[in-house]
Amino acid sequence: MSADLTIILPEILLAVFAMLGLVVAVYTTKDGMASALLWATAAVFIAVGAWIGFTGEGTNVAFNGMFVEDAFARFAKVTILLSAAAVLLMSEGYMTSRGLLRFEYPMLVVLAVVGMMMMVSAGDLMALYMGLELQSLALYVVASLRRESVKSTEAGLKYFVLGALSSGLLLYGASLVYGYAGTTLFSGIVQVAEEGVSLGLLFGLVFLMAGFAFKVSAVPFHMWTPDVYEGSPTPVTAFFATAPKIAAMALFARVMHDAFGGAVADWQQIMAMLSVLSMFLGAFAAIGQTNIKRLMAFSSIAHMGYALMGLAAGTVLGVQAMLVYMAIYVTMNIGTFAFILMMEKDGQPVVDIASLNMYAKREPGKALAMLVLLFSLAGVPPMLGFFGKLYVLRAAYEGGLAWLAVAGVIASVIGAYYYLRIVFFMYFGDADEERLNGGRSPVLYVMLMASALIMVVGIINMLGVEGAAAAAAAALVN
Amino acid sequence: MDNLLSIVIFMPALAALILAVFLRGEDEAAQRNAKWVALATTGITFIASLFILFEFDPNDTGFQFVEEGEWIMGLTYKMGVDGISVLFVMLTTFIMPLVIAASWSVTDRVKEYMIAFLLLETLMLGVFMALDLVLFYLFFEAGLIPMFLIIGIWGGANRIYASFKFFLYTFLGSVLMLVAMVGMYADAGTTDIEALLNHQFGTEAFSLLGMQVVGGMQTLLFLAFFASFAVKMPMWPVHTWLPDAHVQAPTAGSVVLAAILLKLGGYGFIRFSIGMFPVGSDVMAPLVLWMSAIAIVYTSLVALVQEDMKKLIAYSSVAHMGFVTMGIFAANQQGIDGAIFQMLSHGFISGALFLCVGVIYDRMHTRDIDAYGGLVNRMPAYALVFMLFTMANVGLPGTSGFVGEFLTLMAVFQVNTWVALVATSGVIFSAAYALWLYRRVVMGDLIKESLKSITDMSRRERAIFAPLVVMTILLGVYPALILDIIGPSVAALVTQYDTALAAAEAATQFAGN
Repeated sequence: MSADLTIILPEILLAVFAMLGLVVAVYTTKDGMASALLWATAAVFIAVGAWIGFTGEGTNVAFNGMFVEDAFARFAKVTILLSAAAVLLMSEGYMTSRGLLRFEYPMLVVLAVVGMMMMVSAGDLMALYMGLELQSLALYVVASLRRESVKSTEAGLKYFVLGALSSGLLLYGASLVYGYAGTTLFSGIVQVAEEGVSLGLLFGLVFLMAGFAFKVSAVPFHMWTPDVYEGSPTPVTAFFATAPKIAAMALFARVMHDAFGGAVADWQQIMAMLSVLSMFLGAFAAIGQTNIKRLMAFSSIAHMGYALMGLAAGTVLGVQAMLVYMAIYVTMNIGTFAFILMMEKDGQPVVDIASLNMYAKREPGKALAMLVLLFSLAGVPPMLGFFGKLYVLRAAYEGGLAWLAVAGVIASVIGAYYYLRIVFFMYFGDADEERLNGGRSPVLYVMLMASALIMVVGIINMLGVEGAAAAAAAALVN
Repeated sequence: MDNLLSIVIFMPALAALILAVFLRGEDEAAQRNAKWVALATTGITFIASLFILFEFDPNDTGFQFVEEGEWIMGLTYKMGVDGISVLFVMLTTFIMPLVIAASWSVTDRVKEYMIAFLLLETLMLGVFMALDLVLFYLFFEAGLIPMFLIIGIWGGANRIYASFKFFLYTFLGSVLMLVAMVGMYADAGTTDIEALLNHQFGTEAFSLLGMQVVGGMQTLLFLAFFASFAVKMPMWPVHTWLPDAHVQAPTAGSVVLAAILLKLGGYGFIRFSIGMFPVGSDVMAPLVLWMSAIAIVYTSLVALVQEDMKKLIAYSSVAHMGFVTMGIFAANQQGIDGAIFQMLSHGFISGALFLCVGVIYDRMHTRDIDAYGGLVNRMPAYALVFMLFTMANVGLPGTSGFVGEFLTLMAVFQVNTWVALVATSGVIFSAAYALWLYRRVVMGDLIKESLKSITDMSRRERAIFAPLVVMTILLGVYPALILDIIGPSVAALVTQYDTALAAAEAATQFAGN
């Protein structure tokens, strides 16, 4: 028992930290200490991330297989923790100046992160659902953090209703799988599935996949994404676009390989369809957007399509490609949202893309960093985003899905158009009145620059992510 | 020097970085500094590249100055040059200082302008030197970014449309090549170009979507690469981005586009299509030859009716590139020799012609042919230079334009007489549009009021044209300068091509028995 607790210690510590934070804040100065709490949370995230990343070793199973701590889980956890820390740091200035910084915010983020860490370590359908719900409930609340705003509460409610529906689908799938496999443990399911997937199990699998597709916002389960992205306060949007996506994608990979690894043929086509639909819808729908947050929502849908392309390959290389892609995607999104958070006029946030008109003339440094990020998002070499695409293309091709690779590159050309449109506003416009001012936050500036720099310098050796992802993929697929 | 190539490639990028980090302000001094830094860097790069040329051994048909290092994803950082690529490297380093010097009159965002051109030089050099598939693709595609910005920021009135069309058109062409590269990696297990040149890709026919693919995997790979290079080249009918891009780009952008960027496609055809997919090339060659012949005649006719000088030269570029593709896919010694020669010579001539347009555009701010006439009266030196390059464009013997056209025509005559016949008529059309342009702009009486005070070329402009004039005439009277360097490598390539075809033929017959 104590060995089990040692394995799950990071999650326990974080949960204790969240509860302590809540108690202390309630009985002392409440929102007065929100800022300190936020910094402390970010520091704890980084510390726990470093702890997991540097000391974790081998595969450890706790609670009779319900909780799995392996290289794959560690990779996902470190990425989740670091990106959550980055987003928290970015949100401080924005939240404070708009009176949104309540002490519950960092604590909810901690709880969501604990949920995500549970998700990526789940070795059992029950553990999976527990982690997923802990994460989702926390996210529903932060989506409607701006209580007096109709859009924000709408976003929260919409997210909740659709999220509950998807949880229902997922539970239904889980119960079917349990019914036909006789166990909720992945290690048990995989043995049953290897002997042949019965119709009932297949139904369960499909419902499970629908639930996951909702969480990663893959088409056709994406409808909530643009509205939630638009309505939530921008730092929360940044959070939605990063950590939960990694968690959901990692969970997706874990269930597909740990529980249904012997039945790749049964889910490969579904995954490929999710992927191709996401890539194309993301590419086409973003073209007409004028709100940069909605644009980023469709952009993230398209990116999830590419990550799913890696999963669809159903191989070690595919999982590795997915992990590398997600790591690059998260880094790009942190930089991009740092930029979006800096878009303001007279202290009010601006989300209209046209307001970037001739931005390069006034802020050449920031515009250049954004330019790098946009080309990276579009997957144009030599930026790191290109190598993410190359990875998944290679995985898909070698997994026998050459058609998916061709579809992917065509979608990337369509997608390039709307990224170029932002470049067009920033660089090609005609000089006119100043539509943006302020936004001089050193934290955001550093995040933007660091992210852009990684996109350029990272191509030399990918900063070691490649090796870690390879180890993680090898741990998952065997 | 073990890493001479890397030094040459990354020197401009380093200068761009220094400009970006250290140069502040938009005042005149800062602008002047940016220009001088860029000019000095491109000059030094040219001098450094001369070491490559002098140390280069033409009789060694393998890759020379090879550098190799580990990279991500099992790829390699591998650079090297052979007889086919070394002169393109020289062309690039030779043209770039002239381009920078021709941009002296730019006043808007000079620092960014110079950074864009310096980065572009790095990327173009990288394309010619890369010996790893993905590295090649990286440089090939990355070049779109600075060019997109150059057209979009410093271009003419309709620059937005032109820049988007340029980017999306060429991007769409290239992504299929990326999938093909992934396929080659999966098939051969390596992305090393040197190894891939010796790898035999499958040639067995199979059916795809109900269609029988003759030449099998090679044909598919060929088509994927063809999509990319044909757009880049550009070949008829996917050439339509070029006139827009040329017309809207600033003068220096047009020069780089015509002189160097168009050559990336031709270089790719020789290196990849002919070198790696001989059977696929052989299957598709008749189609490509006819497309080239159509390009030559059609675009020459289109050039005849242009009102805009830059557009006219752009269409003439497409026609000249038609000779190049024709020579390449004749796939014999004269053809490929001629194609490389034509590309190099077109680099000098078309670059110079766009500079000629730039000279009068800087003075009158219009490219309309009708706005000019009788310039010879006020600008004798200009008239002389313009005439030389017009003649070279027509392919007058004694200029470098003649050699390339003659060699490619001779080559294709041996392969497909009808194509040669049609293509030769293009020579006549090119004389028609080029001479007519010259007559309307330079000859006649000076009757337009606005032109009465126009001045002849400045010393800076003369200095820019001088090297181009020398090269055009020198290569015209002594083509062996180039042919001696490329000859052995091309001979080896042609031998390998013929051997591969014969082997595939034998295999088919064997299977048939």
